[in-house]
Amino acid sequence: MFVHLQGPWNPVWGRLSLQAIPYQNPILLGTFTFAMIAALAIVGAVVYFRAGPYLWREWFTTVDHKKIGVMYCLLGLVMLFRGFADALMIRTQQAIAVGPHSPGYLGALHGYLTPFHIGQVYTAHGLIMVVFAATPLLVGIMNIVVPLQIGARDMAYPYLNALGFWLTAAAGALVMLSLFVGNFAHGGWYGFLPLFELPYSPGVGVDYWMWAFQLSAVGTTMGSINLIATIVKMRAPGMTWMRMPIFTWASLSTNLIALTSFPVLMVSLALIGLDRYFGTHFYTAGQGGNLMLYNDLFWVWGHPEVYFLILPAFGMMSEIIPTFSEKTLFGYATMVVASFAIGGVSWGVWLHHFFTMAAEPSVNSFYSVTTMLVGIPTGVKVFNWIFTMYRGRVRFELPMLWALLALFLLLVGGMTGMMNAFATSDYMWHNGVFVVAHFHMMVLLIAASIFGGVEYWFPKVFGFKLEQRWGKWFFWFMVLGTAWVFVPMFILGFAGMTRRLDYIPVTQWAPYLRVMLVGMAFYVMALGFFVAHLYVSLRDRVKNRVGADPWGTTRNLEWMTHSPVPAYNFAYIPHVHARDEWAWRKEHGMASLGNESFEDIHMPRNTGVPVLLGGLAFVLCFALVWRIWWLAAAGLGAVVLVIILRSFARDTDEVIPAKTVAGVEGGAQDALPAPARG
Amino acid sequence: MSASTNTRAQPGSTVLWEKGDAAGHDMLGTRTFGFWLYMLTDAMVYAALFAAFGVLAHNAGLTSKSMLASVFDAQAAYRDTIVLFTSVLAYGYAMVALKKGSRGGVAIGTAVAMILGLVFLAMVGSDLERLFSQGIVPQLNGFLSIVFTLIIYHALHIIVGALWMLVMLMQMGRDGFTSNVVYRLINLRIFWHFQAVIWVLLFVFVYLQGKII
Repeated sequence: MFVHLQGPWNPVWGRLSLQAIPYQNPILLGTFTFAMIAALAIVGAVVYFRAGPYLWREWFTTVDHKKIGVMYCLLGLVMLFRGFADALMIRTQQAIAVGPHSPGYLGALHGYLTPFHIGQVYTAHGLIMVVFAATPLLVGIMNIVVPLQIGARDMAYPYLNALGFWLTAAAGALVMLSLFVGNFAHGGWYGFLPLFELPYSPGVGVDYWMWAFQLSAVGTTMGSINLIATIVKMRAPGMTWMRMPIFTWASLSTNLIALTSFPVLMVSLALIGLDRYFGTHFYTAGQGGNLMLYNDLFWVWGHPEVYFLILPAFGMMSEIIPTFSEKTLFGYATMVVASFAIGGVSWGVWLHHFFTMAAEPSVNSFYSVTTMLVGIPTGVKVFNWIFTMYRGRVRFELPMLWALLALFLLLVGGMTGMMNAFATSDYMWHNGVFVVAHFHMMVLLIAASIFGGVEYWFPKVFGFKLEQRWGKWFFWFMVLGTAWVFVPMFILGFAGMTRRLDYIPVTQWAPYLRVMLVGMAFYVMALGFFVAHLYVSLRDRVKNRVGADPWGTTRNLEWMTHSPVPAYNFAYIPHVHARDEWAWRKEHGMASLGNESFEDIHMPRNTGVPVLLGGLAFVLCFALVWRIWWLAAAGLGAVVLVIILRSFARDTDEVIPAKTVAGVEGGAQDALPAPARG
Repeated sequence: MSASTNTRAQPGSTVLWEKGDAAGHDMLGTRTFGFWLYMLTDAMVYAALFAAFGVLAHNAGLTSKSMLASVFDAQAAYRDTIVLFTSVLAYGYAMVALKKGSRGGVAIGTAVAMILGLVFLAMVGSDLERLFSQGIVPQLNGFLSIVFTLIIYHALHIIVGALWMLVMLMQMGRDGFTSNVVYRLINLRIFWHFQAVIWVLLFVFVYLQGKII
């Protein structure tokens, strides 16, 4: 039934053997040492402070949307660090390996990474940054903010929410594990067919890539179902559609994209799996397979995915800019329409990823035009933000700085995106670093919005503000790094440099590549400032304590409840009277009208089942990667069994007694400040 | 327009908070709505698979139709269809019984639907067995790969549905019509109808296509 493998295999260990551990590679050995020291430090700290039971009770088993959101963000930050380390390796290699006389180290002919190794590095960099850094960070922020913004106590499916997180975490762990056991795919993060077929990629790298990708897709789809149902079904009374905050609108649009596009990704990956495991002929070069089928299926997900990432970023900008302009958002209705227009158009542009693949001119023209159409709703958004700032009292606090950087990067990335939309000019720089620089502008705008969003909502979640001084250093060094890395990259793109090179034959490009390395040094310093930013903020957390509305000029419901938000979010579900309800209440002098008597609150009970399922899914995928069939069968059976057994559980809710609520509210009531301005 | 100028309100006469426990919302409505969303993702999976079917059939060209005509048994598939649709009908009766609150009615309808589902599974399985023994396997070419994938992915839904029915019979026996049991029965109805709709597409595109077009 299964395909015949070229290498050794045995029924107990599958393809796993001691040779799979790359102990002869000094870079991986160093990484392994670093990872082990970090892991030991963490485990040591947990044991020393006896934090294990606390972590299990309050975090691992939680179904609280805020805590799950925080865990998503932590996962995203860890993976962001890993992705950044990969970027550092790519840039260093390309700065060294220029020209035939460039030196070679560690067994590489040029530079210090062999072609096989750097192939894995850029594949991991791409996959991690898109799927395991940006996506968890955005999903995490949506998780935290959306229920608060719509005045809900929890999400529609808290258990599913936790499950989605633990599946994503398991997928991230799988990618990390591929560093030390086996290897990773080496042909680019979106896969090349038939290169990814078994005869051409006989190792486990592609299997790691495929299963991690697949697992995270399942997790994200679950998250999207939960978020859509939450927004549609859980809004507070009085919150009509057109009173919803823009970030919630953006989340709705983005999750509709996820809901409809991620299943297509699952199919495109599953068919590779069938080819690799059963020897079918979906994407093979012969026997009736079709390579372009993969490209189409993949990018039918891939392009909507880009907008899946960017719409929440736009949503965050739409929250931050009005707050720090001390005005209501300009053009609310057009913002809503633009969000959905972007979401809709995203489905009709995927072919622009392969204009060069011999489609008819009419086909290319169609996708050229649809791609340019994206510029219209995006332009609407840009003008709305600018008009929001126009005649506002703009305060350049950290979230606002990040939002403005995002706006600037959107202009650079958007304009170059329009250049890429021309099929004719795309023929010139297809698969070149001009395109790479373009989409890095876009993902850096997403990253900038994420940092802005984290700065903005951090006090809501943790009850204290992040300090500003090191944060500004971090911000400006990110700006410097971005300029120094990507301006030369645009130039090199015009010069004709293609992407994913392990060796650069043109010595004239060396100065640009070294300037880019300087940019990376700025990024490394930015990372240092980021750590300092976090450290100082944590150290001064008592001094930086804030009340419900730390920025003074916020507008939406999430700022109405306490900081940090209690487990039940709102002691009473608020009635919504206007768009920007919190601003409305402040304006009408109703900001401090609280409650005196409290009632019992029903909440879902914590459960260890999601983390168990995440662990089992990890075992299942690991077994499939190494073709350990008995373990895979056991893992799958266990997953099904656990799901069925959980469905028999009756005791899944608990009650927070009114007395506890009164205690929390009474303690926090004093912290509610009088509204500052606005 | 500034949102805050919508209405003027007095602090004394404005309802600011919802008293009473509103956290539950509309439990059944929320659960079924989410399940519709899940069904949409499954529909997208089938959409992608059928798109692949179109592409790979195009690759195979004329041979695809003659292959379908000579390999797949439309009359057997017609018998499968009757069995499957009777199962859906039985589950429909279970839902009528649910409206009346009749536990026995729901149990009988669900059990019949489950058994017929298993019969369908056995029939499709024996059909696949026959083809495999003749050397007609998914590994032969891209077109057969997608055809068998579609059939087996649909059969997977039957397995999941039958398992789900078994679980529901047990939970109904234990708990009666609690809200958990009721929403699961309703969601199962959506699921069971959905797979029947998919079977119609399979029947038309795979089993009938070679015969009449």
